[in-house]
Amino acid sequence: MKRDPIYGMMAEFDSAQALIDAAKHTHEAGYQKIDAYSPFPIEGLAEEIGFHHDEVPLVVLIGGIVGGLTGYLMQYWMSAVDYPINVGGKPYHSWPAFIIITFEMTILFAGISAVFGMLALNGLPMPYHPVFNVPRFALASRDRFFLIVFSSDKKYNPSGTRKFLEGLQPRSISEVPS
Amino acid sequence: MDEQYKTTDAGSAPVIEPGYTFGTVTEKISAIVLTRPASNGWFVGFGVAFLLTMMMLFAIGYLFLKGVGIWGVTIPIGWGFAIVNFVWWIGIGHAGTLISAILLLLRQSWRNSINRFAEAMTLFAVASAGIFPAIHVGRPWLAYWLFPIPNTMGVWPQFRSPLIWDVFAVSTYATISALFWFIGLIPDLATLRDRTDNKALKIVYGMLSLGWRGSARHWHRYETAYLLLAGLATPLVLSVHTVVSFDFAVGIVPGWHTTIFPPYFVAGAIYSGFAMVLMLAIPIRKIYGLEDFITERHLQNSAKVMLATGLIVAYGYGIEAFMGWYSGDRYDAFTLWNRLHGPYRVSYWALLACNIFIPQVLWIRKLRTSPPALFCISGVILVGMWLERFVIVVVSLQRDFLTSSWGMYYPTRWDWMTYIGTIGMFLAAMFLFLRILPAISIFEMRTLLPEAEVKE
Repeated sequence: MKRDPIYGMMAEFDSAQALIDAAKHTHEAGYQKIDAYSPFPIEGLAEEIGFHHDEVPLVVLIGGIVGGLTGYLMQYWMSAVDYPINVGGKPYHSWPAFIIITFEMTILFAGISAVFGMLALNGLPMPYHPVFNVPRFALASRDRFFLIVFSSDKKYNPSGTRKFLEGLQPRSISEVPS
Repeated sequence: MDEQYKTTDAGSAPVIEPGYTFGTVTEKISAIVLTRPASNGWFVGFGVAFLLTMMMLFAIGYLFLKGVGIWGVTIPIGWGFAIVNFVWWIGIGHAGTLISAILLLLRQSWRNSINRFAEAMTLFAVASAGIFPAIHVGRPWLAYWLFPIPNTMGVWPQFRSPLIWDVFAVSTYATISALFWFIGLIPDLATLRDRTDNKALKIVYGMLSLGWRGSARHWHRYETAYLLLAGLATPLVLSVHTVVSFDFAVGIVPGWHTTIFPPYFVAGAIYSGFAMVLMLAIPIRKIYGLEDFITERHLQNSAKVMLATGLIVAYGYGIEAFMGWYSGDRYDAFTLWNRLHGPYRVSYWALLACNIFIPQVLWIRKLRTSPPALFCISGVILVGMWLERFVIVVVSLQRDFLTSSWGMYYPTRWDWMTYIGTIGMFLAAMFLFLRILPAISIFEMRTLLPEAEVKE
């Protein structure tokens, strides 16, 4: 695969409001492949860059169902099938006594799915990423806000995109080498 | 997010003092880890805690050599300190999850400045708690029998027993608490990665942050996962102490066999947990100059939670006493009499003083806002909650149905060394945590600043 030497064009902003406005204009101007970076979660920003499908809840639901079934069936199989032991005349399949572990396993599997599902969907861990090539990007985890247009976008061209981003009045613009 | 949590409303302190920006919040919290040199006080504190940890390891080593006979446990009191301390530590952990999960769902944004170290407290408390059942089993090399792991006998755990429910509840709780804490740390680890000048630290924090870069897509999934995890942790934390109380309530011993146990155990857990949060927060904010982030408001709110949960606990004691009389069961009635007048009466009266009477001074606003007073009252509550578990475990087992099987329990020096040693281990872990990781969630503090507001 031929790699583009340029990953994208990045603009730096001073405030959350400036970033959200810039993201909105960029998306409305027809740029599809863009991303925004901020030092804390900003409500509505993901929607502005055209991100609408968050699969995390589905992953968690599946994890929870699998966990609950695992918990219950494990107890059933161990107590009633593999090695049934008569304790005080209680039925081998004592379902009310199995509820608590079923509940705990539901929570356990759902919680693990939430964390690892989120990381997997985000493509993390990924210690290296082209955006880190921009020295000023170190401020993205402090107090600066960044918007990037990827070079893979159909509308991307070095001079035109730079001109467009300049119109958004950013603090600085840099080309991101990949 | 509600405006009232950010600014001063009538008569209450703000969650964060005015005048901070994203940059200054970041610098102030990360400086504790990155630039501030460790003080002599830190070394002394950590040294003492470390020595106590060594004492615990010594006591446990000797226990493994000799067996549980070195402890004070005998029949009829076969549970003793190990279970008292287990329940006490697990209870303390509950406040961390309450702060990080339940207060998040209730949109109490004041939690943002105390959730990080409260979650750390939860983890270290659960670790301290976990030691006790594992070393109490008699043959600790077979402790894995607690889990449904295949063994040569082909037998499985007894799933009709509350003790195995407890294994699942506590291990799930430990796992979920660790995950919750870790994903909360990821964005802050990225901040530390970008702030430090030290090449080795950059690599370590960079690896731990998993390469977090703050993309809007990532934040969106991150917030969903965080919220769902909070939603899962909320019923979980309530279930954990409920299941712990089942260890007692499902038994037939007078003083254990009551239906009030689950709610009153959960309330007691949060009660002692907030006391520990305050005992940690008050010195930390003073020593590291974090009074602007952990304000009077946090102290007041924690005091109010303690007051409320303390009253629920008092109600629990009241119902226990009432049922002892009203049930007409002579053994239950005798348990109450034995608590009030028996050989361990001092522990019961001290528990009433520590958990019910003394904390009522929290109704006085002046004491609720005074750090030294709160520190002392929290200490009293922690002692009281330990005594509560002592009364439940020891005093109930001490005299049950048959006078011929009555007995006494005297903790030995090994009991005390193990118990005090776990406090040392807990504190040593806290000392290290303060120097290695940001003690306050930086990114969540940024969201509390007025400049974080956006309009669509």
